[in-house]
Amino acid sequence: MGTLSGKQETSSNSNFMLEVREITKKFGDLVANDKVDFTIGAGEIHALLGENGAGKSTLVKMLYGSLQPNSGKIVWKGKPVQISSPSAARHLGIGMVFQHFSLFDSLSVADNIALSLDGEFTSREIAEKAQELSHSYGLPLNPDSIVGDLSVGERQRVEIVRCLLQNPDLIILDEPTSVLTPQEADNLFVTLERLKSEGRSILYISHRLDEVRRLCDRATVLRHGKVVGECDPSKETASSLANMMVGGEVEDIKRQSGNARGEEKLLVLKDISLAAATPFAMALKNISLEMYAGQLLGIAGVAGNGQSEFFDLISGEITIPDNEKITMRGQPVGELDINDRRKLGAAFVPEERLGHSAVPDLTLSENLLLARHASDNYAYTGLGPVQYIRKDALLQATKRISEAMDVRKSGDNPAASSLSGGNLQKFIMGRELDRQPSIMVVNQPTWGVDAGAAARVRQALIDLARSGSCVVVISQDLDEIFEISDVISVMSDGHLSEPIDAEKITREEIGLLMGGMADDEAGVANAH
Amino acid sequence: MRIELERRAQPSALFAMLSPFIALGITLVAGVIMFKVMGLPPIDALYAFFIEPLIEVWSLHELAIKAAPLILIATGLAVCFRSSNWNIGAEGQFVMGAVAGSILPILFPEQTGAWVLPAMMIMGMAGGAAWGAIPAWLKNQFGANEILTSLMLVYVAQLILDWLVRGIWRDPDGYNFPESRGFSPEQILPEVLESGRAHYGAVFAIIGALVVWFMLARTMKGFEIKVIGDSPRAGQFAGFSAKRTTMFAFLIAGAFAGLAGISEVSGAIQQLRPVISPGYGFIAIIVAFLGRLNPLGIFAAGLILALSYLGSEAAQISLGISDKVGRVFQGLLLFFVLACDTLIHYRLKLVFSSNSARET
Repeated sequence: MGTLSGKQETSSNSNFMLEVREITKKFGDLVANDKVDFTIGAGEIHALLGENGAGKSTLVKMLYGSLQPNSGKIVWKGKPVQISSPSAARHLGIGMVFQHFSLFDSLSVADNIALSLDGEFTSREIAEKAQELSHSYGLPLNPDSIVGDLSVGERQRVEIVRCLLQNPDLIILDEPTSVLTPQEADNLFVTLERLKSEGRSILYISHRLDEVRRLCDRATVLRHGKVVGECDPSKETASSLANMMVGGEVEDIKRQSGNARGEEKLLVLKDISLAAATPFAMALKNISLEMYAGQLLGIAGVAGNGQSEFFDLISGEITIPDNEKITMRGQPVGELDINDRRKLGAAFVPEERLGHSAVPDLTLSENLLLARHASDNYAYTGLGPVQYIRKDALLQATKRISEAMDVRKSGDNPAASSLSGGNLQKFIMGRELDRQPSIMVVNQPTWGVDAGAAARVRQALIDLARSGSCVVVISQDLDEIFEISDVISVMSDGHLSEPIDAEKITREEIGLLMGGMADDEAGVANAH
Repeated sequence: MRIELERRAQPSALFAMLSPFIALGITLVAGVIMFKVMGLPPIDALYAFFIEPLIEVWSLHELAIKAAPLILIATGLAVCFRSSNWNIGAEGQFVMGAVAGSILPILFPEQTGAWVLPAMMIMGMAGGAAWGAIPAWLKNQFGANEILTSLMLVYVAQLILDWLVRGIWRDPDGYNFPESRGFSPEQILPEVLESGRAHYGAVFAIIGALVVWFMLARTMKGFEIKVIGDSPRAGQFAGFSAKRTTMFAFLIAGAFAGLAGISEVSGAIQQLRPVISPGYGFIAIIVAFLGRLNPLGIFAAGLILALSYLGSEAAQISLGISDKVGRVFQGLLLFFVLACDTLIHYRLKLVFSSNSARET
């Protein structure tokens, strides 16, 4: 277990770059930050850990001036300051790289950088400066390229260079590696070490505990808006850090190893190519797949490489004219829509919870109806063509699912948007599992979900596969992929690599496949 | 300094319910101020506007005549607005319903069988639905903005009506007035009660509101409309078709507006004229929102807006106030309803930005 030092020195010490003292932020009744204390020294990489909803984003937004604290103070280089806006923060020397990039796709790198600078520079000057900086930090960038053509990793470089141009003393990075391949992440770490050696401080927010252990000097752990511990992450294990975050032991996933594969082919895709529907979509290229009963396939890959198009293709949200190219339980389904596929025993959980797999303003029981109105032999509607909605049956099923998946909610049937991400995801998974589907396809099952709920969701997926269904899990989280999969494929640039036994593939091999080397599969052991 | 709208974590359910009443209250207060400024006794003016029309039997009948088309049209519009289809062309659908329904009485005045009235009503609904189908089709086929197309089709419909009554449908015995021939007695929608003029349009409004309420609140079709309106992507996940819903919503709204149109012409005016609506199709938009897009709420809201029509007539007679004042009241009411709704979901926040950090 970690060394929890609840107390910190309370005197102002000018050695710190930044001190946060008893800062509190309330949103109505919700206390997002409750007397949070922490410090960052010069030349320190400091991790901010916590589950979703622990208050990390709120804290960071106050440091970057987009939110104002209700009480408490922020001391910057020994002087109390009020950070009233992001531009005030930048002026003080605090820079931030956001998780979601704020770049204009149709402009060049140099123009994007120029837009964020307050001063008057010509775009030529900026281009030169940016190029100089990007080379000296090992972040190669061409200032004239159009952002829309860049990979996600390159876009992040633009953000970082843009931040560095302001010569900040403190750089805040929000989940910087969530969109990067392992190799790109390694490059980022080199850059961060370099910045640290120049005496700059870095506040590093991440879910990935291995990274934090490897990179960070100190870590502050938040839970429910309070600081619950501070530690040296290199002296902790990933599981002791996780325990600090969730405040209890995370259930270990139980998984029987060995080959549970059945004989029946439940899901088959035959050489499907699909043009990109919009300029921002990815074309799918020669996708083939054969899934057997009892198999759990993990599809790794960086988001935006065709995963959502692939998901829509299997779910029937995109149909194809060639009916025979997709079969489910032996039936051709290419032309069938999502409900016809559900009737064949398939179930789908998309990536986006609010607005795709659930409607935020509708209640849980209505969201149950959303996915199951046509399956279940129309159990939830009556009166023939009138299709009268049977609320009692829906409420009963909602209760059953909530109990089975341990969904924590206020009231019997609240709006979907009132649940936390993890609880809503448990409900959505439960909604599909309750039908005991024979084919289940899930995109990013634990994205933005707290550790406890994530463990529950993963266990449910494994149990479903063991009961003889075939399960496809698309995930960016390599740990998750390795934890649950029997076979692993990688999605890259619209290609799907041949599935490989999970026990025979290494992280490095997956990393290479993710980096776009899918065509060069010769070097990788092939299990089929 | 700037003003920002900040989303409230939990909108108050109580105030969400009270909001139309608060809006009504503020409208009255604004009315008092307005009459004061105009140099009129505010209490007398408000009395003439909102109380006088309610104390006589004949004017209650007039209220029903005015409220019925508003309620029918707004009920249809609720289906559109719930599914995020912004049909603001109900006025045109009303007119085309009236035109289509008038084909029988104008071209075949000698047809007086019991089938004529039902046939006129059905043709009216078909005419309105067909006119509503045009913007829906344009939206589905070309992605044309339905706000523009439905609005512009209002003017097309009005010009068609104008052309008909001045041209081929002009009454040959009408001394050259731009009017069609008067409908035969069997082609006139009868009165409901002995006591006054209110015709069966009021019954259609009640039935229409109840049917649509049931559909929206209790059936799969209503659920589909809500889901498509709130979140089209989730609608796709549920296997609903946004295009089909768009067409359905416009057809329903058009049919209801068309029924209101032919009821008004057959029941109240009893012939076609160049202008047959005092803007029912537009006022119905206010009614729909004032009634929170719920047909039962729309029923109450329709009565209130109808009262503002009658009131402006009454005040014109008793106090000599311009009938435009009625329009001002309608505008004020919509403004305050929208403002109250906004403040239920958001709170106002003054943001003082200090520029101290930007002194470069």
